Amino acid sequence: MLTVANLGCERDERVLFDHLSFSVANGMLLQIQGANGSGKTTLLRILAGLNSDYTGEVLWRGQNCRQTRQEYQQALFYLGHAPAINRTLTPLQNLRWFCGLQGFSDDAAIHAALQQLGLAGYADIPCHQMSAGQQRRVSLARLSLSAAPLWIMDEPFTALDKQGVAELEARVDAHVTSGGAVILTTHHALQTRHLLTVVNLDALRTESA
Amino acid sequence: MWQWLYKLGSPRHFYEMTTGLVPWLTGVSLLLLAAGVVWGLGFAPPDYQMGDNFRIIYIHVPTSMCGMGAYVLLATMAAMHMIWNIKMADIVAKVSAPVGAAYIALGLITGALWGKPTWGTYWTWDARLTSSLILLFLFLGVMALRAAYDSESAGSKAASVLAIVGVVNVPIIYFSVQWWNTLHQGTSKLGGAGSANPPEIWIPAFFTGFAVIGLFFVAVILRSRNEILYRERRTQWVQDLLQKELTHA
Amino acid sequence: MSRSALGLAGSLGTTLQRELQLAFSSPGRIVNPLMFFVIAVSMFPLGGRMSAEVLGTIAAGVIWVTALLAVMLSMESLFRSDFDDGSLEQLLLSPQPLYFHLQVKVLAHWLVTGLPLVVISPLLGLLLHLPEAGYGPLMLGLLLGTPALSMIAAIGTALTVGLARSGLLLAVLVLPLSIPVLVFGAGLVDTALNGLPLTGVVAVLAALLVLAGTLAPLAIGAALRISVH
Repeated sequence: MLTVANLGCERDERVLFDHLSFSVANGMLLQIQGANGSGKTTLLRILAGLNSDYTGEVLWRGQNCRQTRQEYQQALFYLGHAPAINRTLTPLQNLRWFCGLQGFSDDAAIHAALQQLGLAGYADIPCHQMSAGQQRRVSLARLSLSAAPLWIMDEPFTALDKQGVAELEARVDAHVTSGGAVILTTHHALQTRHLLTVVNLDALRTESA
Repeated sequence: MWQWLYKLGSPRHFYEMTTGLVPWLTGVSLLLLAAGVVWGLGFAPPDYQMGDNFRIIYIHVPTSMCGMGAYVLLATMAAMHMIWNIKMADIVAKVSAPVGAAYIALGLITGALWGKPTWGTYWTWDARLTSSLILLFLFLGVMALRAAYDSESAGSKAASVLAIVGVVNVPIIYFSVQWWNTLHQGTSKLGGAGSANPPEIWIPAFFTGFAVIGLFFVAVILRSRNEILYRERRTQWVQDLLQKELTHA
Repeated sequence: MSRSALGLAGSLGTTLQRELQLAFSSPGRIVNPLMFFVIAVSMFPLGGRMSAEVLGTIAAGVIWVTALLAVMLSMESLFRSDFDDGSLEQLLLSPQPLYFHLQVKVLAHWLVTGLPLVVISPLLGLLLHLPEAGYGPLMLGLLLGTPALSMIAAIGTALTVGLARSGLLLAVLVLPLSIPVLVFGAGLVDTALNGLPLTGVVAVLAALLVLAGTLAPLAIGAALRISVH
């Protein structure tokens, strides 16, 4: 699906990575590893198309992502550091907008997604009245609403309790089983039934140095 | 021709190609300036209406016009930077902004000095003065925005967007200010250094005009060269150059 | 499943709905620019002892400049929280056309911040002894001009949303770009008070609005992509 060819990125005159090439196919789970400041987030943002300060190419189904932006964004689900949940609005209002941005409306699915994450009855409560973990769950509810085959997730396990982590792991597994692809970063030892592919940015740098 | 332009787009080639050009351009500009100033201030006949006051136009007119041209240059470079991601275009955009702003400011100051004896006031909200003032504001905005960013690349792109938005706005601003001026009639129109003037008056103006434009490019090229050396300080060719300079000294 | 596909209009509708919900759940977004507008305008007569006649002649200019400042100060709420909480990234990554979503977002922002200024402007005209013939042109001008100002100010906001302290910088960027709208907006009142025909000026204001409404979203989009870096 996604091919990265000869990717390089510099920040503040420091080379984060260079000549980075890999590809992500259906049913693949890819973890980006590296120490703090090694450029994991930058790499994910480049893959998502949020950062255009790089050399090399990111190809979606063989075509440059910059040229096929709309098609690529249709196929992409991105979960960043920030939850992308407005604290003034309720979960229902937040998720309705998310669905609207994907081009559909489905209140029943929103309620089902919230229920699945243990947030039944919270649909109409402003998000600022919830705990950080609950807000994170609202953010994760978007996973069940998105039909995108490619998930890019930056530290998705942050602020989740044990049960939340296990649930999210199961969800990632299910997505990979059903033929989707996941690219993620995490500091946590990922439990998965699938083969975990690893791209290590630290190793890459020592190699090239 | 295209290859030449293409080469100019690379900072290293720009640096190497301008090394020989700078002394020539500086020399010719200074000669023209000296000739124009001596002729214009010393020998050109006084204007029949304004007497000797008119002589400030030898500096005022070229600096103002060159300042306006500098904004177009800035916006063109910004567009080239945004569309083709040419590094050299961004360098020229960055370094030409303060020079252009200084030219516009000089134009405004000389205009005020000329206005006092001619119109009896340093400042009047005449269409041309007002447009120049707004252009100065646009320059300052682009510079301030670039300076506000920590990241060089983000700052340069943001400044480029603003410069392009500004240049789209410039004709509209000029049009609105002219309309506003007709609504509030009150300022006198300058008779104009038109064709009625004898050649002894306008030939020195050509001299100083070319000199001022030449010096603008000298300043832009020198500043560009500094910026190139700074941005490329880690590269081999700059290191080699430095090594050569050090052994010379 | 009850999933129903939304067309472009439906998708834009959700953006409009969200922006309005946000405004109504934190009423300061609506009230603060309005209070600023009223209070700042009332400062002018207090700042200098002016006769009713002099006040009347500067009324349009004062109201327009203050409206411009109010629009600019209200811009903080346009992208700030979306930038901080990551919603802006989701907007940029949406498969829906960004251009129209930005247009709708600014329009929604104008509905809750700009439109109230238009509605209350006659009251301020009263405070400043604006001659009677000026009220209609004042409101009409603001109705056409404030959305154009919102569009222009949104460019500056998008360029500075990634910066920590952006208030003054925003003013430096946006004020010079707003001059044409200001000139023709305030000029519309002057034209009316001089008894001249208004159609030409109204047409120019409408043209400026169309121009800002169609071109600004392109610049806003480019600026936001730079800001989320």
